[in-house]
Amino acid sequence: MQQRAKFGVGIGVIVFALSFLAWLGYGESKTYYHTIAEYQTLQGSARSHRMRLAGTVAPGSIRHTAGRVEFVLEEQGKQLPVSYIGTDPLPDTFVDKSQALVEGRPGDDGRFVAEHVQAKCASKYEAAPGGDKPVPTADTQQKSSM
Amino acid sequence: MDVFGSFALLLAFVCAVYAFVGGIAAIKTRHPLLVKSTRQAGIATCVLVFLGTVSLEYLLFTDNFSVAYVVSHSNRDLSTFYKVAALWSGQEGSLLFWSCLLSVYVISVLIAYRNKNGELMPYVGVVLAGVQIFFLTLNNFVESPFKTLAAVNVSGVMAPFVRMDGNGLNPLLQYPEMVIHPPNLYSGYTGFTIPFAFALAALLARYPGEKWIHLTRKWTMIAWCFQSLGILLGAHWAYAVLGWGGYWGWDPVENASLLPWLTGTAFLHSVMMQEKRGMMKVWNVWLVFSTFLLCILGTFLTRSGVVSSVHAFANSQIGPWFVGFMAIILVVCFAAYIKNRDYLASENHLDSLVSRESSFLFNNLLFLVACLAVLSGTLFPVFSEWFSGSRISVGAPFFNKIMIPIGLAILFLTGVGPLLAWRKTSPDSMKRNFGWPLMIGIVGTVIFYLLGYRAAWSLVCLYLCVFVAATIFMEFYRGGKVISARSGMNIIMGMHELAMRNTRRYGGYVIHFGMVLIFVGLAGAAFNKDVLKSMNMGDSMQIGPYTLVLQSADATAEKNYTAQRMIIEVLKNNKQMMLLYPEKRRFQGDNQESGTMVSIYSSLREDLYVVYSGQDPDTNMPVVHAYLNPLVKWIWLGGCIVVFGTLLALAPNRRAAIALSAVPEPAPSPVVPALNPSVTLGEGHD
Repeated sequence: MQQRAKFGVGIGVIVFALSFLAWLGYGESKTYYHTIAEYQTLQGSARSHRMRLAGTVAPGSIRHTAGRVEFVLEEQGKQLPVSYIGTDPLPDTFVDKSQALVEGRPGDDGRFVAEHVQAKCASKYEAAPGGDKPVPTADTQQKSSM
Repeated sequence: MDVFGSFALLLAFVCAVYAFVGGIAAIKTRHPLLVKSTRQAGIATCVLVFLGTVSLEYLLFTDNFSVAYVVSHSNRDLSTFYKVAALWSGQEGSLLFWSCLLSVYVISVLIAYRNKNGELMPYVGVVLAGVQIFFLTLNNFVESPFKTLAAVNVSGVMAPFVRMDGNGLNPLLQYPEMVIHPPNLYSGYTGFTIPFAFALAALLARYPGEKWIHLTRKWTMIAWCFQSLGILLGAHWAYAVLGWGGYWGWDPVENASLLPWLTGTAFLHSVMMQEKRGMMKVWNVWLVFSTFLLCILGTFLTRSGVVSSVHAFANSQIGPWFVGFMAIILVVCFAAYIKNRDYLASENHLDSLVSRESSFLFNNLLFLVACLAVLSGTLFPVFSEWFSGSRISVGAPFFNKIMIPIGLAILFLTGVGPLLAWRKTSPDSMKRNFGWPLMIGIVGTVIFYLLGYRAAWSLVCLYLCVFVAATIFMEFYRGGKVISARSGMNIIMGMHELAMRNTRRYGGYVIHFGMVLIFVGLAGAAFNKDVLKSMNMGDSMQIGPYTLVLQSADATAEKNYTAQRMIIEVLKNNKQMMLLYPEKRRFQGDNQESGTMVSIYSSLREDLYVVYSGQDPDTNMPVVHAYLNPLVKWIWLGGCIVVFGTLLALAPNRRAAIALSAVPEPAPSPVVPALNPSVTLGEGHD
């Protein structure tokens, strides 16, 4: 019985330590998915979260300015101005009317400040089996440090 | 041919249903003719699935653009090589491919054991037929690959029509690895059906002893090997093709392939507890059940797009089918367990914290926690939406925070576990077994430190790598020395002989060594560097010891794409080394798909990884992204060794007596008393 207790303590310590790490990692990397309509109704602390929004790039809205790219995302009639401040070049698939996924935080001036942008055309291809991986985008959020 | 194919699949479905229903009747009545006919129905199912698969390939090869699947996934210009791969590049085809690979396993099992294990096989046949019925239902009634194109013609009637050409294969999939990676991964997924079927059958039949474990060891190893290879090939494809400088992104689809691998690896280890000590029987059965469920979950995640992954574009209707199937499996497993759980009573208890048993226990605990962590992280968006209404995802930091310590702890056990004795390990044997490896580990770490690898986690990892490698080498050396002393052969031959006499144990060590090399490669990730620069012709950039000079650019038109290529000269310490050609491809077609061709200079020390990321929209200057990734090559090298070790472990043992009797007994040597008991007694992985 004493052996069992020892094992119990050992297992408990391992599980507790790993849960703690999981909690830390969760706090560090959690990202909320919102629609543009939801985003516009967010209040208070919910606006400071890291979040991910999807929409269609409004035709003619892409403007390159010094150090950033500005564009407008549309979804169900709602519009969201976005500033992309990331370092990676935008993906080739990022053009007018493409579907884009932006990730970042709300800025002070009402614009959404995106650190990462992924884009895809309305694809004629389906996902591949088993091993299809992220399309090559300027996204780095999903990449581990490996 | 499409009619032939769909007919074959329909007939396969009928045969599978007969094998299932007839099989249950055969178990009840034990009528020998019924047993035989259901087995033959099982074999017929497999043959018919092969015929269905061949007819889809035939349609692809003959450019039959009246079939929707061929139109969506092939075109006339596609090379033969990729036409083979087009089979598994879409939803319908890859589900058929699943059935096909499963049939390879099923037919092998049914034929190999046709005259053996008469009590168990009818049960196994029923379980296998059950799984086949599920996939054949999808192939026939939900996602048939043989649908033909039809449109309303001028007279207002639906009529079949033929397209001139197809849409072609997704350019991202047009890489050699993409041709071999899915079959490997799928062979792994499907292969775990066999141990699952045997475990469930043994439980249902209350089949005595651990025989089902012996019977399925080979199959589990084969499935595990394919799975490992599939994961590594996928990682290599991501690294070489996607051009973001890494090989693992904790993407849902990647995670889906890792999940059954984790539980499968745990199972491969914990069965030894059952074989040696009659312990952990319940645990083993549930590990196999969960591994199979995770294989189905993996296929489901990949195919259904339930977790919003960047590429889960295929939002199809198969989701509910998979969820239903998993629920049925769970209910059946649970019912079988409740009914027959007394059959799984443990014969022994844990004796000591420092013993082989406890190392296996902790090994399993870690694999399970790892699996739970990856699973919860992957499904987090789904669950958070259920519980809180907001969809929240977790990223790489979450996974890395948990998986790095778990990985290191497992690596530690890899070194320690195999050298601990069963029941209880004496302090003396600990000193003998671990003294040198601990010292060698310290020396190795100092060397790594001096070489410049100075990050805490990485140093811990490298220390453990050297330590584990040293324990493995010592095991080979000691055993080899004994054999060479007895037989007169040299020590290298002795080590070879040793491995051949107990392939399971020493194959296991070789696999461990391969994993050590993989960990060396992973440790390198802490030292990754990258530089992004807009460059004019003649400009240079510096990364680590390398200077990259953009020499020129050219453009070439190929059959179905145009390539823009940068020609970059690499200098190391001002000495000219080579030219690298990173490339951007723009594929023809409405969507203007593009692809990246990474140029990599790979050495054991580091990879110089150069990507042409396109033009700067402001200045129109080419943007070059260079990465310096240390030690990556060790991962691929380790993968090769893992496969080699698995093959060794699958090889039959050579009989020691024959080799020994041919050589006269030498005079007693001082080596013999100091023998490690594990060498002579064959204790350990066997």
